[in-house]
Amino acid sequence: MELFKKTNFDFLGHKWPFIIASLVLSVAGLVSLAVKGGPKYGIEFKGGMIMTVRFASKPDVEKIRASLTKVLSSPPSVQTFEGGSDQNEIEIEVGVDHSGTKDANVELEKNHQTVLATLAQTYGQPGNGKLDLNNATTGQLSARLTDPLQRAGVQLSQQQVDELAGAVIAWRDQHGGLITKIDDVRSVPGLTPPAFSVLNQESYLAPYTAARNIEIVGPKVGADLRSQALNATLLALAGMLVYIWFRFEWVYGVAAVIAVFHDTIITIGIFSIMDKEISLTVIAALLTLVGYSMNDTIVIFDRIRENLHLNRRERLDDVINRSVNQTLSRTVMTSGLTFLAVLALFLFGGPVLHGFSLALVIGIIIGTYSSVFVASPIVLVWHDWADKRKKTAPEAPLTAPRQGSAKPVAPAKNSVKVGK
Amino acid sequence: MMKTVVIIATVLICIFGIIGFPRSVDGLKANVARNIHLGLDLKGGSHLVLQVQVQDAAKTQAEQAIEALREETRTRNIIVNGFDRNDPETLKDTDTIQINLHGVDQTKTQIFRNMVTEKFPDWTLTPVNASDYRMNMKNTALTELKRNTVTQSLQTIEKRVNALGLTEPTVQAHGDPVTQSEILVELPGEGDPAHVKDIIGATAQLKIVEVKNEGPWKSREEALASKGGILPLNTELREYVSGSSSGGWYLLTRTPVITGQDMRSARAGNDPDSPGRWETSFSLSQDGARRFEKFTQANIGNRLAVVLDTQIRSVATIQSAISDSGRINGLSSDQEAKDLELVLRTGALPAGIKYLQERTVGPSLGIDSIREGILSGVAGLIAVIIVMLVYYKKAGLNAVLALLLNTILLIAALSYFSATLTLPGIAGIILTVGMAVDSNVLIFERIREELRSGKSIPAAVEAGFGKAWWTIVDTHVTTIVSCLFLFLFGTGPVRGFAVTLVIGLLANVFTAVFVSRVIFDWELSGGRQPAELSI
Repeated sequence: MELFKKTNFDFLGHKWPFIIASLVLSVAGLVSLAVKGGPKYGIEFKGGMIMTVRFASKPDVEKIRASLTKVLSSPPSVQTFEGGSDQNEIEIEVGVDHSGTKDANVELEKNHQTVLATLAQTYGQPGNGKLDLNNATTGQLSARLTDPLQRAGVQLSQQQVDELAGAVIAWRDQHGGLITKIDDVRSVPGLTPPAFSVLNQESYLAPYTAARNIEIVGPKVGADLRSQALNATLLALAGMLVYIWFRFEWVYGVAAVIAVFHDTIITIGIFSIMDKEISLTVIAALLTLVGYSMNDTIVIFDRIRENLHLNRRERLDDVINRSVNQTLSRTVMTSGLTFLAVLALFLFGGPVLHGFSLALVIGIIIGTYSSVFVASPIVLVWHDWADKRKKTAPEAPLTAPRQGSAKPVAPAKNSVKVGK
Repeated sequence: MMKTVVIIATVLICIFGIIGFPRSVDGLKANVARNIHLGLDLKGGSHLVLQVQVQDAAKTQAEQAIEALREETRTRNIIVNGFDRNDPETLKDTDTIQINLHGVDQTKTQIFRNMVTEKFPDWTLTPVNASDYRMNMKNTALTELKRNTVTQSLQTIEKRVNALGLTEPTVQAHGDPVTQSEILVELPGEGDPAHVKDIIGATAQLKIVEVKNEGPWKSREEALASKGGILPLNTELREYVSGSSSGGWYLLTRTPVITGQDMRSARAGNDPDSPGRWETSFSLSQDGARRFEKFTQANIGNRLAVVLDTQIRSVATIQSAISDSGRINGLSSDQEAKDLELVLRTGALPAGIKYLQERTVGPSLGIDSIREGILSGVAGLIAVIIVMLVYYKKAGLNAVLALLLNTILLIAALSYFSATLTLPGIAGIILTVGMAVDSNVLIFERIREELRSGKSIPAAVEAGFGKAWWTIVDTHVTTIVSCLFLFLFGTGPVRGFAVTLVIGLLANVFTAVFVSRVIFDWELSGGRQPAELSI
C-alpha cells in the first residue's frame, strides 16, 4: 500500500495560509498567557500542598470546599481529578502563604493535617474508637489487631500478625486503595473467619482514602525548579542549534530552532487557553516535542542538502518543494504512527500522565507541519535575501550554502509553477 | 552468518537480563520483579527533600569561639568587657556570622591581635574602633563548615532511617552540599511519612547547662520583668516541661557543659519515680564524662538543667560530682521514650532541618499507574504493528520484529544498568516505539523510491539503507543532545524519562539499521531472490 506515490504539491506556494494559521495560534496563545498572567504552573513550580482523595461514590465537591474553607488559612481549590479513572477522585490544593511571616513548609504540612482531620470529621466516624481501614497503614493495622486477636484466641505470632495486616493492606491497594464492603476482604489469603471477625470489630470503612497522592512543595523549590526547567530547555535548544550548524549551515540551525520554538510557544499557548497546568512532566513532554519536531525538520533538511548536491543548477525553491514531496510519505507515516502511540498514552495512560500525553498530542500535530511550513520557508527567504544582496554588492563575502553556492543568482520568486 | 549469531546472542542476553532462569511461573514473576527496579511513583513511597539549616552550626561554632576567646584572653590578662554574636536567621545569612568584642584593653592591642591570628585561624579580625572589634568567618572555613554540617546530618539521618527498619531507604545529598545544603530521603513502600518526618527532623539538641541562681518564674514575662526587660549576656530563658504541664521558666547559661555530641548510649524504660510514665536514660562518652565531672565538682550546690531542643526536661541540684550518666523522665508514652532513645543514640543533628518538598504516592495509585502504563503501551504497540503490516506488508513484519527487539533491548538495558523505571520512563518507552518506527519508515520509503527509479532489488535495498543512514544519525544525535541536557539539569522523573529515551534510541540504531538489514539480506540471499520485494 502506498498513499503518496508521486506527489508534486507546491508546498512553498501554499505556505501563507499555514503561516497565518501559525501566527493566529501563537498570538492567541500569547494573549491568553498575557491575560492570565503567565502559564498556569503545576504544584512543583509554584509551591503548595496538593492531595488526591478517592471516594467510594461521587463526592459533594461544594460541601468539601465549604468545610475546608472554614478551617484553612487560605482558600483551597477543590476539583474533580482531571483525567481520573472515575469521577470519584478529587484534588485538594492549598497554595503557599506568601506573607512570609510563617515558615511556608510548616504551614503546608499543617494544612495537610487539617484537611485530613476535616475529611475524617465529615466522612469518617471519629470517636467510635475504631481504626479506619481505608486510611490505615500496615503498621497501624498490625498494632491495632495484635491484642484483640490474642484475646479472641487466634494463635498468631507477632510476625504472622504483621504479615496478615500486610496482606489486608496489599489487597486494599490492589483494589484501588478503597474497600467498600468489609466482606470483600474475606478473600485475603490467611484471613481466617475468627481473624476476620476481629478485623471487622476493630475497624470501620470510611468512604474515602486520602493516601493516594500527597505533594508538598515549598516556595523555594518551586522557584528553583522553574529556573532549572527553563535552563534545561534553552541549553537543549542551543545544543541542537550547534549540532545542526555543524552538520548543515547556520541558517538551517536557526530555522530549525525557530520552528521548534514556534511549536513550544503554541503548545504552551494552547495549554493556557485550555486552562491546563504546566507541570514537571509537561516540561518533559515539551522537551520531547522539541526533539521530535527537530527530527522532522532534519529529515527534510537532509533531503534538501542531498538534492542540492545532485542538481546544482536547480532553483532553491524547486529543490525545497521536491525534497518536501519526496519525504512526505515518511513524514505522514512517522507522525501518524507516533501520534497513535501518544494517543494510546492519552486515552489509557491515566491521570498522572494526562498533561504529558496531551502536550504530545498537540505538539506532534504542530511539530509536523512546522517543519514544512515554518522551517523550510525560513531557509528559502534567507537565501533569497542573501542572493539579492550578493547581486547588488558582488564584493560581499560569499555566504551562500556550501553545497548550493554554484546555483545561478536568479531573482527568486516564491510562486513557482512546478511542472506536472 | 556472523551477524545472525550476534543478533541471536543479543536477544538471549536480553531475555536473560529480564527473566533470568525461571523454574516456574512464580519464579518468573519473582525474577522480573527483582530485575526491574520500579520508581517510587510506581511502587508507592515517600520522597522527601530537606534543607540543613547550616546557620545553626555557624552559631554553635561562634559560641565555641567565644568560649575559647574568653579562655585565651583570661590567660593573657587581656581585659574584654563583653562578647556576643549576631543571630543569622536563615540559611542564606549563614555567611554573615559574626562575633562582636566590646571594650578590649587598648594597651594590649598587639598581644590581642597576635592571639587571634595564632589561635583563631578560621576567623578574620576587623577593628570597629579603638577598643571594639568584630570577627567574621573566613570563606574557606565557611565552606568547610557547610560541607561538614551537611555530611554529618546525612550520616545521622541515615542512621535514624535505618534504625526504623524500613526497606531499602535512600539518603543522599541533593545537589551541591555547599551551595544548596539539601538532602534527599526516599522511603519506598507504604509507611507513615508523618512519623518518619518527625524522627528525621528531631534535632534532639541535647545539652546540659548551668542554671543561673534565680527563678524559676511562672511565665516568660515575669522572668523578663524581674531582669528589667534585658537578659544578662550569654543567657537565655527556657521553660521546664514535665509531661504536658509547665514547671516554670529558668534562666540558663547559653554555652552548654555537655552536648549531644558527648552522648554514648541511650535506653528507654519505665520511669521509677512516677508510675505510668516513661524515661530515657543516657550515658556520656569518656571525654564528656571527664568534663562533666570537672564541672560538677566545681559547682556543688548549683543547679543543672537537661535541655532537649528548646525545652528543659529536668532540673537537678548538684549534690556531688557526677560523671557519666543522666536521664530524661516524665515522658508520656512508650513511643515517645523510644523515639527519644533512637534520636539520642543516633546522635544529634548538627543543625536543624527544614522540609522543602514531600511527595508521597500511595501504593494503590502506583498499582493503577503500572496497569495504565502497560495498557497504553500495549495498545500503542498493537496499533503501530497493525499499521506497519498493512502499509509495508512483509517488510512491515521486518520492522515489527525490529520494534519488538528494540523494546526487549530497552527493558533489558534498564535491568542491567539497575536503572529505575518510573511512569515518565514508561512514557519514554512508548515514545521510543514511535521513534523506532521512524527509522524503519525512513529506510523503507527510501527503498521504495529507489525501486521506482528502476534499480534492482538488492541495489535498492543497499541504497535505501545507505542513504537513510545519515538522516538517522542526525535525528538520533539531536534527540540524544536534548536528553543529555534533560539529564544534567532535570530532576527525578524527568531524568528517568531522559535515561529511557537515550537507551531506547541507541537500541533503535542497532535494531533498525543492523537487525533490519540482516533480515533483508537473509530474504535476498541464496536462491530466494524474489521477483518483487514485498514492501
